[in-house]
Amino acid sequence: MLRDNIQKVFSEAKERGWVMEPQAKDLLRLSGIDVPRFLFTTDIAEAIRFANEIKYPVAVKVVSPDVIHKSDASGVVLGVSDDRKLGEIFAGMAKIKGFQGILVEEILKGIEMIVGMKMDNQFGPIILLGMGGTAVEIYKDVTLRMAPLREQDAESMMTCLKAKPILDGYRGAEGVNIDGLKSMLMAFSDLVMAFEKAVESVDMNPVICNASRCVVADARIMLIGH
Amino acid sequence: MDLKRLLKPETMAVVGVSLTNESNPANVVYNKNRLRYPVRVFAVNGKGGTIRGETVYRKVQDIPEKIDLVIIGTKAEVVPSIISDCIEAEAGGAVIISGGFAETGAVDLQNNLVSIAKKSDFPFIGPNCLGIFAPSHMDTFFIPGERLVIPDRGKVAMVSQSGGILVDHMIKCAGEGVGVSLAVSIGNKAVINELDLLRYFKDDPDTDVIGFYLEGFDENEGREFVIAASECGKPVIVLKSGKTPGGTSAVKSHTASMAGNYEVFSSVMEQYGVVEAKDEFEMVAFAEALSCYQRSIQGRVAIITGSGGHGALATDACFLHGLSAPVLSQSAQTELYNSVSPAIRNISSFANPIDLTGSAVDDDFMAAVRSVSGNDDIDCIIVLLLPYLPRITMDLGAQISLVYQQQGKPIVAYVPHEDKYKMLVEGFMLNKIPVADSIEDAIHMAEAMRRYKSC
Repeated sequence: MLRDNIQKVFSEAKERGWVMEPQAKDLLRLSGIDVPRFLFTTDIAEAIRFANEIKYPVAVKVVSPDVIHKSDASGVVLGVSDDRKLGEIFAGMAKIKGFQGILVEEILKGIEMIVGMKMDNQFGPIILLGMGGTAVEIYKDVTLRMAPLREQDAESMMTCLKAKPILDGYRGAEGVNIDGLKSMLMAFSDLVMAFEKAVESVDMNPVICNASRCVVADARIMLIGH
Repeated sequence: MDLKRLLKPETMAVVGVSLTNESNPANVVYNKNRLRYPVRVFAVNGKGGTIRGETVYRKVQDIPEKIDLVIIGTKAEVVPSIISDCIEAEAGGAVIISGGFAETGAVDLQNNLVSIAKKSDFPFIGPNCLGIFAPSHMDTFFIPGERLVIPDRGKVAMVSQSGGILVDHMIKCAGEGVGVSLAVSIGNKAVINELDLLRYFKDDPDTDVIGFYLEGFDENEGREFVIAASECGKPVIVLKSGKTPGGTSAVKSHTASMAGNYEVFSSVMEQYGVVEAKDEFEMVAFAEALSCYQRSIQGRVAIITGSGGHGALATDACFLHGLSAPVLSQSAQTELYNSVSPAIRNISSFANPIDLTGSAVDDDFMAAVRSVSGNDDIDCIIVLLLPYLPRITMDLGAQISLVYQQQGKPIVAYVPHEDKYKMLVEGFMLNKIPVADSIEDAIHMAEAMRRYKSC
């Protein structure tokens, strides 16, 4: 079932070389990885109805095959607070090259982490866990393991981070759901093994982790040969 | 692939022995094996003839005995036909020392060689290598014996893509008293690679520890290597070159950018309990420690010394290498206090590092080693033994070793490797206690056990 869906999504994305966010998130959800509630739509009325259903503020992101890095192209707005703002943003994004629609998405609060995968020539799929967000390459607090992960691998990935005390809840701050993060790593490991040799890299960044959930707020899957 | 006859041959043929040029590499190999080793060796040269009264055979097939190992030191172009001869003669395997294959761009010639060998399941090492060194049994190195520093026979197997690095490791092993079971340089590794040798040494009763110098793996070979290493049941040590990043092609993914080739290599080795040495000194120290102790520790170290400075430096080094030197409990300190002689009780420190001072006698060291051997908060003891302390004797190495035999807690010693202290060093080494030549090295030895994860 999962493999069939992977095939379908990848064959659609092959020409472009990467999987767009709605399809990437569908695959993640299918493999048991938590994603925020979202709607992919071209219809502003539907977008407004959904935003009211999940409650403002919401995140709005552009979906376009021409935009890999959404924030560089003004394709991400966080904290959209009402119907009027949503309408304005929709109108603006509709002018972005290759516009296919928008994602309206619930906003979650928590620590930003990154979970990723890289296909390594010598070792095959490698999984990365680290402190995420936009400054990820500045702090470089990451751990790497060869997939498939064993339970002890997923556990040691978390304990080996310098920021482990933050995950545990540092100085009275709320920590993260360690079991949830571990389950996500294990599910992600199964997913990347099912990719076989089709994928060059995956970035799930940020993964928002709080005391109750770990949720992938954004995901990008780059195919081999891109 | 059965490598037994290739790696432990009874009979050997050297192809390419010259009748006129004694400095020819094949002649060096023929002569040293003939004169110095128990293996039976035969010379082969297409022209035939005799060398110092012995027959030179035209072909491997002409030799009247079954040949286990054929060493080939001819021009590259004729090597494929010699491999066919070996197969026809039902030889056990070959070492191709000749260069002039893939490393110089002659990829087709090498591929041809590989396809001939693989068709008949015929194993060979090389080409472009030194081959095999088996202490006191045989060697295929085209280096005259007097130029080599030869380690004792022991339990450490060494495998290296580079012949030069292998010879260097052998020199360091000899210097540190680390015994070698087999040293193999695999050169272009056209047929036999690291993985084949790892599988061989796993079942080799003469080998307890396997060390590799690696330049790189072929596609997916790294994956197979770490899985085999983790299932091998013997410590595996690797030293990797090529740690610096290569080309800086633009990377679109954060993950790909942060998971560089070396970071991946190092992480995966650790994940599977393979001990990565950062340099050649660590390599030899790790090999020495793990050949004495094939076990893992958490890294809670007790440091016993007669010099406060040594204790302090060792504590710092422990910290830098992921080990801890925990302060001993009050009851453990009291036990130590009561066990040493009254003369040093009030001038020593027992917190860890345990400094018995320059006035300590043999019995004080023995008492301290015994006491921490029984302490469950400690899983390794580092004894920094300064032979110039006036009241200790040269017997102390052998005596302390006995505590390990009786109580089983790993001990690592540091004694300066000077000729006049040799008896002290040997007292440890002959009783399978590793002895370092520097404080840093002693810490490396403990670190090796911390990094090794037995399954």
